[in-house]
Amino acid sequence: MFRRLPDAPPATATILVDGRAVRAVPGESVAAALLANGIVACRTTPVSGAARGPYCLMGVCFECLATIDGEPNRQTCLVLVRDGLRIETQSGARGLGP
Amino acid sequence: MTARSFDLAVVGGGLVGAAVAWGAARTGARVVVLDEGDIAFRASRGNFALVWVQSKGMGMPEYAAWTVASSEAWAGFADELGRESGIDVAHRRPGGFHLALSDAELQARADNLKRLHNQPAMQRYPYEILDRERVRGMLPEIGPEVVGGSFCPLDGHTNSLKLLRALHTALARAGTPYLARHAVETILPRGGGGFRLLSSGGTIEAARVALCAGNGNARLAPMLGLSVPVRPQRGQIVVTERVQPFLHHPVVTVRQTDEGSVMLGDSLEETGFDTATGLGVTGTIANRAVRLFPRLARVNVVRTWAALRVMTPDGFPIYEESTSHPGAFVATCHSGVTLAANHARLVGPTIAAGRLPAETFAPFSARRFDVPQAA
Ligand SMILES: Cc1cc2nc3c(=O)[nH]c(=O)nc-3n(C[C@H](O)[C@H](O)[C@H](O)COP(=O)(O)OP(=O)(O)OC[C@H]3O[C@@H](n4cnc5c(N)ncnc54)[C@H](O)[C@@H]3O)c2cc1C
Ligand code: FES
Repeated sequence: MFRRLPDAPPATATILVDGRAVRAVPGESVAAALLANGIVACRTTPVSGAARGPYCLMGVCFECLATIDGEPNRQTCLVLVRDGLRIETQSGARGLGP
Repeated sequence: MTARSFDLAVVGGGLVGAAVAWGAARTGARVVVLDEGDIAFRASRGNFALVWVQSKGMGMPEYAAWTVASSEAWAGFADELGRESGIDVAHRRPGGFHLALSDAELQARADNLKRLHNQPAMQRYPYEILDRERVRGMLPEIGPEVVGGSFCPLDGHTNSLKLLRALHTALARAGTPYLARHAVETILPRGGGGFRLLSSGGTIEAARVALCAGNGNARLAPMLGLSVPVRPQRGQIVVTERVQPFLHHPVVTVRQTDEGSVMLGDSLEETGFDTATGLGVTGTIANRAVRLFPRLARVNVVRTWAALRVMTPDGFPIYEESTSHPGAFVATCHSGVTLAANHARLVGPTIAAGRLPAETFAPFSARRFDVPQAA
């Protein structure tokens, strides 16, 4: 559904999404990297269990939450890709954490 | 144009007005609810949602009994309301806690509850003072500073936004008009009985009127020969993102909602009609919550708000019929979530019938404030 622009910089970074390595452009948002790789749902909602994915891409809708480097409920549209980031999709509400 | 006419006009569509109106409408009375616009101060939209018993009634044992009665009636009320509105208000009564962060706090808590239950004519209710280990058995997430707490099996909670929504849905299904943007400016007795309510949205006539306007009652009551000395008292609340269930009993200042959010409350501030929030107070609230449950420190806050309590001089409710204007009633209180079951099942129907039986309601008359205070 989503494609990178023809003049996008090369996807030289590798991030792990649920343990699977995918390619991403350093400095793009994690949300953009997920969408570019066809991952349109990053969590299910705590109340109804419906699938959710990045929507506003500008930090206001909170639909794009995922666990990043072990920290739950990060807004993936506000975190920039670095090589080696670990992303976990979320199912329902987060736990209390450690 | 002639004014629309009803058996009972309820002024105020918050938790108190909506519960009273629903209770009245279910007896077959033709009821109307008048309310202000969305900018109104509404405690009903910003409260902590406890259905709470422990510590209620110091200075007025009848209030303790009234609270226990509502707590006992709540499950049945929630069922009935659920059937008539199609909304589950998520009422639970697993028993609730006050937690203490020092031995002195725990001792003070034990002394207070003992004093409360030693009042003459007190209808005692069960509670226990628990040490740290027993608290931890029920609340495994408590932090190292928690030394113990008081537990009352009658305490519970609900989802108070769903409660307000359910009451309004049930009212609509019962055919009771809800007139928003009808701020009542003046209430006039009508020749030959009944009342005319002049509002920003038009004039309404009714045989009876019930003032359930929260802090608005202070201004309206004297028009009907009543005195309702309520004042706004601000409370700030902090709300976290949703987390998996970890807190299976409400604590008086920390509770997890049916949908997973954690609510942290709530301050007591004498700041008039002002619903500003500030980091000083919300920071203190969050800090204490983290001392009670340290793992909350890593959970994100998503919202803070302030709302205005409706406070009488002694904190107890006022239920009264005007002697100079028979047919004019007032019902106002602080704990409108806790007392919603009583308001729907007892206050609404008795107002619809035109009389507040003295044996239940006499202690709640505002005449108690006329007695000169001893020094
Ligand atoms: C921070 C906080 C925490 C709380 N926690 C709890 C709790 O845990 N448990 C509990 O039981 N209670 C709690 N409460 C108290 C509870 O919320 C209130 O007792 C209850 O909401 C009061 O309802 P009400 O309908 O009287 O008032 P409100 O909700 O204030 O509603 C009054 C209504 O009257 C209308 N009105 C006013 N003037 C006029 C007029 N002239 N004409 C027409 N309409 C008018 C307003 O528009 C408003 O809708 C809390 C309150 C606060 C603020
Ligand atoms: S996509 Fe809306 S906040 Fe991230």
